[in-house]
Amino acid sequence: MSRLGTPDNPLYVAVVGSGPSGFYAVDALIKAGVEFRVNMFERLPVPYGLVRSGVAPDHPKLKQAIKVYARLAEAEQFNYIGNVTVGADISVDELRATHHAVILTCGAETDRRLGIPGEDLPGSYTATEFVGWYNGHPDYRDREFDLSHETAVIIGQGNVAADVSRILAKTVDELKHTDIAGHALDVLAESKIRNIYVIGRRGPAQAKFTSKELKEFGVLADCDPVIDADELALNPASEAELENTGNKKIYDLFCGLAGQEPAGRRRCIFTFLKSPREIIGEGRVERLLIEKNTLSGEPFRQSARGSGETFTLDTGIVFRSIGYHGIPMSGVPFDESRGVFSNEQGRVIQDGAVEHGLYTAGWIKRGPTGIIGTNKADSVETVRLLMEDLDSLDTGENRNGVAGCYEILDRRNIRHINFADWKKIDAAEINRGEPAGKPREKYTYVNEMLALLDRA
Amino acid sequence: MTTIVTDNCKDCRYTDCVAVCPVECFHYDDQMLYIDPEVCIDCSACLPECPVEAIYEEDDLPEDKFEWIEINAEKSKELPVITDTMDPLPGADERKAALGF
Repeated sequence: MSRLGTPDNPLYVAVVGSGPSGFYAVDALIKAGVEFRVNMFERLPVPYGLVRSGVAPDHPKLKQAIKVYARLAEAEQFNYIGNVTVGADISVDELRATHHAVILTCGAETDRRLGIPGEDLPGSYTATEFVGWYNGHPDYRDREFDLSHETAVIIGQGNVAADVSRILAKTVDELKHTDIAGHALDVLAESKIRNIYVIGRRGPAQAKFTSKELKEFGVLADCDPVIDADELALNPASEAELENTGNKKIYDLFCGLAGQEPAGRRRCIFTFLKSPREIIGEGRVERLLIEKNTLSGEPFRQSARGSGETFTLDTGIVFRSIGYHGIPMSGVPFDESRGVFSNEQGRVIQDGAVEHGLYTAGWIKRGPTGIIGTNKADSVETVRLLMEDLDSLDTGENRNGVAGCYEILDRRNIRHINFADWKKIDAAEINRGEPAGKPREKYTYVNEMLALLDRA
Repeated sequence: MTTIVTDNCKDCRYTDCVAVCPVECFHYDDQMLYIDPEVCIDCSACLPECPVEAIYEEDDLPEDKFEWIEINAEKSKELPVITDTMDPLPGADERKAALGF
């Protein structure tokens, strides 16, 4: 038989997940110059992962990354299999049996926990739930967020914390022409929240916001950023960290915000060197017990330690945004401590041995770090390894890619949709957003999406 | 708001930025790279990748580099897109050292 990856013997690849990492893997396969076919599996009918359901609705430019993915999806080697959950509707082993290689790019789908008492009280939420809800992700469509209290607390100072705070801070007028889900806009319109605390474990020199995100807080219609000037005092190690231009930019922005007189209806209070110790309340969140921290250690490696000094803050709603964590998939070795599939540079490994033909890329490979583009370099690395392994991949006879998968799915009566189906959903969403001046009004229930296709 | 490649790139052209660009907005000639402002999504992933700090967000662009906004917009229209990293130009490391990096 001719070599794998040639016209007589094309390489069959399954990509699990249709977010950035999945599409960059497809891009890397195209650029690798081999003859291949790829089946991309997505558990929702709709593609694009966190670019659709993570990127904030008021950041439309970032979402234009989708244009690149839509173009890749037109490649003749590409096939989209939506509404199919790998690990439930079809197993990883079945994908491995029907393809030469499987690349898992299913992201980090849950939040890290604080590990403090009261974390599961009603009124204590994860950033993931809230972000998924306002972005119309079907998993979070029916979540209810009680925004009737005056004070909300966000734990964490990274880009997701910034998104959650900003969405709470914005007026309906600032959001109504975005692709925010209609159900979320209705609830946000009734929000009574006036104080939004954004709590960081470490200091202003270590906050993980980008300068661009921070600047957005300076131009809100009815909310003012507030920082207590005393909180901007730095220890010598933090002073040293300002040599890094990125940290310095953020710190200078914080300094510029400090001491400004708030004029708007809402305030977004950035506060540092504090950790939540307990979420307290009778049947629901009523207040938060907070401990003040001190920093110790070398510059850029400082860690926060509790000082023993505590205080309480009355609040009705707490969001934790301290990082994501992957969830295991049946048939794939999982590194519980890191929340990723066990792997070396993208080759999945089990007890130190390579799982032939099984690869991973993106957040579920390296952990939830970096931004959209970071995943491109990551997927390129994984596909480079796949190409190195090309001659050692199992080329057993029954590897027939899409036909084999469809046969399995059809036997189980699993409804699967293709990219042309998605384009119908896409067009309908854009269409129904138009009257309200929105770029789209997303469908937020899977059965709505499928019903639309039945009518089309 | 856009993102701009400036003169530090000239004669270096390390292309580390290209590896992380999610939208293929970089274009190139035999001297340096340029960003197409209509394709760039302002994610800033490229900024920390540049070994000679040639890339700026428009907000942070020093006044003496304002001309590069126009240059990026014009050059990117007529030059080919770069889709993959390339070797730096000969002498790039010397140029980098001369720039103080």
